[in-house]
Amino acid sequence: MNARAPLIELDGVRKRYNVGRPNEAEVLHGISLALHAGEFAALIGPSGSGKSTLLNIIGLLETMTEGRYRIQGEEVSGLDDAGLTLKRRAALGFVFQFHHLLPAFSALENVTLPALMREGRVSRVQREHAREVLAAMGLEGAMHKRPGELSGGMQQRVAIARALVMRPPLVLADEPTGNLDRHSSDEVFALMRRMHAELGTSFLIVTHDPRLAERCDRIVELVDGRIERDAARTP
Amino acid sequence: MFDSLGFEWRVALRFLREGRMQTLLIVVGVAAGVAVVTYISALISGLQRNTLEKTLGAQPHVTLSAPDDAVLPPAAPASGSAAMLQTQPRAQRPRSIVNWQALVPVLEAMPAVSAVSPMVAGAGLALRGEASRSIALVGVELERYDRIVGLRGKVSEGEARLGPGDAILGRDLASDLGVRVGDRVAVVVAGPGGSVSDSARVTALVDLGVRELNRRTVIVPLRAAQSLVGLPGGATNLDLTLADVWSAAALSEELARRYPYKVESWQQLNAQLVSALNAQSVSTALIRGVVMIVVVLGIASVLVVSVVQKRREIGILRAMGATQGQVLRVFLLQGAMVGAAGSLLGVLLAVALIWAFTTFVRGSDGLPLFSITLAPDLALRIALLATACGVLAAVAPARRAAALDPAQAIRL
Repeated sequence: MNARAPLIELDGVRKRYNVGRPNEAEVLHGISLALHAGEFAALIGPSGSGKSTLLNIIGLLETMTEGRYRIQGEEVSGLDDAGLTLKRRAALGFVFQFHHLLPAFSALENVTLPALMREGRVSRVQREHAREVLAAMGLEGAMHKRPGELSGGMQQRVAIARALVMRPPLVLADEPTGNLDRHSSDEVFALMRRMHAELGTSFLIVTHDPRLAERCDRIVELVDGRIERDAARTP
Repeated sequence: MFDSLGFEWRVALRFLREGRMQTLLIVVGVAAGVAVVTYISALISGLQRNTLEKTLGAQPHVTLSAPDDAVLPPAAPASGSAAMLQTQPRAQRPRSIVNWQALVPVLEAMPAVSAVSPMVAGAGLALRGEASRSIALVGVELERYDRIVGLRGKVSEGEARLGPGDAILGRDLASDLGVRVGDRVAVVVAGPGGSVSDSARVTALVDLGVRELNRRTVIVPLRAAQSLVGLPGGATNLDLTLADVWSAAALSEELARRYPYKVESWQQLNAQLVSALNAQSVSTALIRGVVMIVVVLGIASVLVVSVVQKRREIGILRAMGATQGQVLRVFLLQGAMVGAAGSLLGVLLAVALIWAFTTFVRGSDGLPLFSITLAPDLALRIALLATACGVLAAVAPARRAAALDPAQAIRL
């Protein structure tokens, strides 16, 4: 295990839905997990095991019911919506299964959106950087195309470019290859590995695909809302 | 250029562009509403202005006259006794305003008053050969009276001149008497001491805009009327024209408090007209209100649908770090843009409607019924109101969008 301070650290995190109602249900039972800078980890588990809920809590899209959660050493459980949003901006990038690009914006505009959102404008430097990231994804010829004009694999590469463009320390990917064919899936995964190697960005990837999970440096397996296995990949 | 627009502007514009047909329909809807409001406002304003001009073109805004003769109450009966009284109202004789010559400069010095004209008014007969007609005799100083009713602008024949022995007649009266410019006409006024008559040369015929006035009016010099009515040096009325016609009621109240005269505003003399104008104004305000409510509901309904359609995009934006405030502003801006675009189009449509009205709608004389103009400040006020309505309409959908749970929105 890495001796440096963890990038994220969860301690006894529980998540209950419908609290106080007859149908109250706990989906995460005291999860404790730390992820260090530069890690490339897979989060696996059967459907309904709580992977997406855990990823949403880590991504500050949902709040936990109990426990402690620190990002870059800062406790986030006391933050209000504005505080969580700013933290999400600063520390996290997202890649979703269904690409989730904004259809009204071109590939380049989708990638420059985070800068536009933060500063109200896109500088020439930021635009050039976005072009470079897209080019690194092999999308030189598709920068001005709308998502609807791109293949699934290309859309996912745009989504990865968008997640990486502001250089967040951690990218959370929820089934990033779940909607792609094997070839595209391998391409996208290889791209994430390359970005991890080149930029040092940490990745936490939720996947159902054991073939891809086995190619991650660390595998965290969730079963029925509990961590069943947390192990480094055996070479 | 687009990059310099803020995040909210850019996303709002793209969202509107994306739902092209939806956006177009609601902009056209807003434009129709704004056009109706603008056109009706201009039409009613033109109609009211025209009615006022016609009504007040031949009468003063405020009239001062001597108080009516009243029967003095008898002494109160002694205690314990009762008296049965029947009071006969007194016949009103022509009386002069006391000290009117000193009052004229005082009234002229008032800031609200733009012209003062002394007048001797009486009733009599105009005779020409075998024809005779009852008349309203008006004795004035032409220069002053012209500033009250714009008499020179109403001359249909001859030249307005009121030297000694001159008279100006209403057009229809001249026709009834068979009189032309340059002819002489006899004027007879009956008084307590018998009839007084005079002969006058007709210098001009006037169209005062009201048939009854045209059939009865004889305008003579003030001095001649004083002799005919039996009020040497007197004036029965002081006519006032004001800079703002709507200040007449307030000014007449103030004058009535200040001076022991009978003071009447044009509103008192035309109570039915004022009621009709007020009813028109209230109706216009109601129509405006209803149309604006429809505009607000139209924009709101489209934006509510847009929020539902764009839940996933809103979720992505929130996941990427858009604040609730930014999402709120994206939808408020959409409301403002739809309102502003609809306003612009609506004002242009109203201009076209006004042009069509003034070009194609004509009276029996072939002239436009009345003039309608769209005042720039009215157009601007309506456009700003519609834009504000757009923002108002967007408040509920925008709050709903901002409150969306990003995790849930993305899952959908």
